[in-house]
Amino acid sequence: MPLDLVCPAGSLVSLKAAIDNGADAVYMGFRDNTNARAFPGLNFDEAQAAEGLRYAHDRGRKVLLALNTYPQPDTWSRWTGAVDRAAKLGMDAVILADPGLMRYAARQHPDLRLHLSVQGSATSYEAVNFYREHFGIQRAVLPRVLSLPQVENVVRHTDVEIELFGFGGLCVMVEGRCLLSSYCTGESPNSAGVCSPAKAVQWKDTPTGLESRLNGVLLDRYGRDEKAGYPTLCKGRFEVGGETYYAIEEPTSLNTLDLLPEMLKIGIAAIKIEGRQRSPAYVAQVTKVWRAAIDAVKNNADSFRPAPAWQAELNKLSEGQSHTLGAYHRPWK
Amino acid sequence: MLNLALPPQLASVVTRLPVAPPSLAFCIVANRLLWPALQTLDWQPLVGRRYAIRAKDLGLGLRFTVTARGFAPDSGAPDLTISATARDFMLLLGRREDPDTLFFSRRLVSEGDTELGLIVKNLLDALDPEAVLHRLPAPLARAARRMMAP
Repeated sequence: MPLDLVCPAGSLVSLKAAIDNGADAVYMGFRDNTNARAFPGLNFDEAQAAEGLRYAHDRGRKVLLALNTYPQPDTWSRWTGAVDRAAKLGMDAVILADPGLMRYAARQHPDLRLHLSVQGSATSYEAVNFYREHFGIQRAVLPRVLSLPQVENVVRHTDVEIELFGFGGLCVMVEGRCLLSSYCTGESPNSAGVCSPAKAVQWKDTPTGLESRLNGVLLDRYGRDEKAGYPTLCKGRFEVGGETYYAIEEPTSLNTLDLLPEMLKIGIAAIKIEGRQRSPAYVAQVTKVWRAAIDAVKNNADSFRPAPAWQAELNKLSEGQSHTLGAYHRPWK
Repeated sequence: MLNLALPPQLASVVTRLPVAPPSLAFCIVANRLLWPALQTLDWQPLVGRRYAIRAKDLGLGLRFTVTARGFAPDSGAPDLTISATARDFMLLLGRREDPDTLFFSRRLVSEGDTELGLIVKNLLDALDPEAVLHRLPAPLARAARRMMAP
């Protein structure tokens, strides 16, 4: 069935919130740096993962495991161990970025379904088909850099299912290749499983505004009523040539409700909601809106219009000042 | 919609109270009612650190630490200070609002050790509300369920 709704779960409570509000699948990570949301206190130990799988499977839903960081040479066995555990637990798929780990998974667990993570940064059908040919991947999550016509071109030239991000925080859109966090802290999602590690983040209320710093580097100073964002380098305001502005990108959230009819028509297999780091309240609210929207578009794509109440609910949950259709909808290529 | 604003007369009294008695009262009540339900959580990373919770609209501040046996008043310099209005705290406790949402919109302010704040947030997020409600005294559990109803 096209347009499966794939929702984030940072805890068992969030997983249940996603399932109860209509997610077709949830994605989770183990409690270590084998996934790109390795925040303290977040994610699942083995017992919690087993309970989550039971909860989802009892209700006919799926659980995907994100193993989307790049294994480091001296701790390679942590990543292969995670693949083994995923297979033993009965995960419906593992989401991988590293080709070495894909080879391991394909050889050791030929029945384990493989998804190519957004961190794999495959933007062409040639790249997607390469992973299919060598490791038998069944789905690819495309980076948020392609316009919809470009996405359509990928879909038309591959048997691999295509999953797109539908909603959530946007980063600088060089997924899988971004080293900005490392530049400031020595740690980045690919290797350490975390962008802007919390131990390097300082928030301070000052007479001139709320300051966020990353390892001492001033990222932003928010005026009294300005919406704040995540403390990442890509979303900071910097002085360039005597002017202070968002020198890399403005903090915005992706929201593609408007594009659902086109995504259905193109044959997108699944829509992913960002935010394993968010709370169960977020997961419940976002899942509910997207379930209603996907049901509506499947019911009648021609008359589909996003309800204003859905947009209001999603805007409320968004990072930054506004939401955007991202690269999916841009006139240039 | 929750209406948790205190009557102005009462608010002005609360504002003038010193910090210590509310903190002591909070610890006694929380240890009595909540700790039995909460003690199974992994508190280890939080033990011995100092916390301040400020309800901005009430002018009410709570200062405490966490020990192996529960909460204890502590007026030392806090490692983590969390400020919001009483209503927003109630919305968070009732899981009606997402902390990041309140943070983006500047309704929730976290100062001090960011990593500690994240650990607290993730600990509370991972808490199964039903497991806690089961262990609360019946009238309190009923009130909490009403608060969490959509």
